[in-house]
Amino acid sequence: MSESNIRVEDNGYAIEARDLSIYYGDFRAVERVNLAIRRNEITAIIGPSGCGKSTVLRSFNRMNELYPTACAEGEVIFRGENIYDPDVDPVEVRRRIGMVFQKPNPFPKSIYENIAWGARINGFQGNMDELVERSLRDAALWDEVKDKLQEIGTALSGGQQQRLCIARTIAVQPEVILMDEPASALDPVATLKIEELMQRLKKKYTIVIVTHNMQQAARVSDHTAFFMMNEDRAGYLVEYGPTNQIFTNPQNEMTERYITGRFG
Amino acid sequence: MKSISANGAFEENIPQRRRTGQIWHTLFQASTIVGIIFLSALLYSVLNQTFGLVAIENQVDPAALAVGGVSVEELSKEQLVAVLQEHVSKGLFRRFEYDRPFAQRSREEVYRLVWQHVVAPQAVETWSLYESIFARDEIEAAVAEEFPDATLQFRSWLNRRLLTASQSSDPEQAGIRTAILGSLWTIAITILTAFPLGVGAAIYLEEYAPDNWLTRLLQTNINNLAGVPSIIYGLLGLAIFVRALEVLTSGAMFGATDPTTANGRTILSAGMTLGLLILPLIIINAQEAIRAVPDALRRASYGLGATQWQTIWWHVLPNALPGILTGTILGVSRAIGETAPLVVVGASTFVAIDPRGPFSKFTTLPIQVFQWTARPQDEYRNLAAGAIIILLLLIITLNALAVVLRNRYSRRL
Repeated sequence: MSESNIRVEDNGYAIEARDLSIYYGDFRAVERVNLAIRRNEITAIIGPSGCGKSTVLRSFNRMNELYPTACAEGEVIFRGENIYDPDVDPVEVRRRIGMVFQKPNPFPKSIYENIAWGARINGFQGNMDELVERSLRDAALWDEVKDKLQEIGTALSGGQQQRLCIARTIAVQPEVILMDEPASALDPVATLKIEELMQRLKKKYTIVIVTHNMQQAARVSDHTAFFMMNEDRAGYLVEYGPTNQIFTNPQNEMTERYITGRFG
Repeated sequence: MKSISANGAFEENIPQRRRTGQIWHTLFQASTIVGIIFLSALLYSVLNQTFGLVAIENQVDPAALAVGGVSVEELSKEQLVAVLQEHVSKGLFRRFEYDRPFAQRSREEVYRLVWQHVVAPQAVETWSLYESIFARDEIEAAVAEEFPDATLQFRSWLNRRLLTASQSSDPEQAGIRTAILGSLWTIAITILTAFPLGVGAAIYLEEYAPDNWLTRLLQTNINNLAGVPSIIYGLLGLAIFVRALEVLTSGAMFGATDPTTANGRTILSAGMTLGLLILPLIIINAQEAIRAVPDALRRASYGLGATQWQTIWWHVLPNALPGILTGTILGVSRAIGETAPLVVVGASTFVAIDPRGPFSKFTTLPIQVFQWTARPQDEYRNLAAGAIIILLLLIITLNALAVVLRNRYSRRL
């Protein structure tokens, strides 16, 4: 993905899935999804368990390839290029489209190293101390850890660990951050902090969040995509629109039943 | 169908369930105790042989060697040489002179020669530690009757001489220095071959190999190889390292042949054979250690744009290292105790010269023990017991090292 390809068509979308189907072996987990993620917005993906939300999210930076037998069909357009093109290196894709996971997974290294490592392996040339401080400040963690940067990252509380993971992700300066239920393992206070953080981060980054928590989706997101599964247990996109429309005036009956809690 | 009522549906069987639990508890406890009994018996029999009374008879009474009222301990070097010349055969005396002229030898050295060849103390009978403690009177009576010239002394067969002397046909002079050095050399070669190969194979199988029938076949075979009798590895080592690769293992290829052997029965062959023997163990242990590294770490690494190699090198290996090291050390302690394959590969039963490198002929501690226990003289059994204690200490040290490494390097995940 060379710099010359940047913004050949700037349509305001950070990521566009076109007819994206994802398979695990013979099983079709996700069927023909068309979804355009707007830049500098928070897009929430909601839906019942097993509808392929996380699978879709992982396919946005080719993390699904780490799962054996997984394969994708269709296109995911990022910066005007299909990331599934044979000449695109997934390593490059993943630096530009970072990921935060459900369970906080800091490296069993110092807080400083947690941030610095990703930048270093990606050939970061600048001032590392500055980068670490900036990333921790951006992730609203600096004040809590500035005196113990050499302590091990796994000793932090769950919420701090998750913000450390976010800091680590933004340290490699991605354009998009994918978040896979980032607050589901956290208590309400830590969850609130993550949500506030997301609101600040969307000024610089595009955020896609998968969540089970509909209130969370309603609170934080600008657009919401609702997924369901069909008779073959394949997930598909039911409805996609501005969050307040999805939650106040859904066009699809299934969306309405889901957000009002009548099934799922 | 019987109706299910709150009271009738459950049998009143709590006492019976508790009794069953108690029986199993007792059985498990009993098996532990049996194990401890056997281990204690092993330790007892070794210690029983290592210490005990010895009846020593001198060929010539040291008092008889006194010259002009001066006891043999205080004679000058020249007087000692004269004593030696007087008591040993002309041929032997010439050999001493030929090995190293007396003019160059120190007084201590000559004194040792006198002690070895003139006084020549011999253990005429030995007793176990148990007998020495509980039947001391009978032993003293028996010695006074059967060996009137002998003196009775309490001896630890595990002493400095055992550690520092080399192999000898005289049990009073024999030690295990060559065997310890041989064991250490062999183990060094074993680690050098098995560790990189084993860890490399484990990384490939866990991180790179596709999950197909070939990989599964390989995996099954590795698991089976871990259970193949060690003598089979000895035969393999004999065929491949000693015979087929003789040019390499004898050192001829590098022009480094040891003058004492010049064939493939060298430390290098032995070390590589033991390396093969513990290779499956190391692979399996390393694989388990690698598998125990949480996938969350790998995903975190990939999510930052790391390549597969960066993920393995910076996250998988450091976190698997304690497990890999533990597995390796356990494999190595097994290799240290191996005897059968080395007998096949051609361990020398009698090596009096220290090994000088990988191309020397060799003997190892277990071989030495094996060979000593087969000797007719009783004293060798005592020496073997002392050697066994050294071998056990070596293995305990290695295992302790494994624990230390595991504790030091295991990090919180």
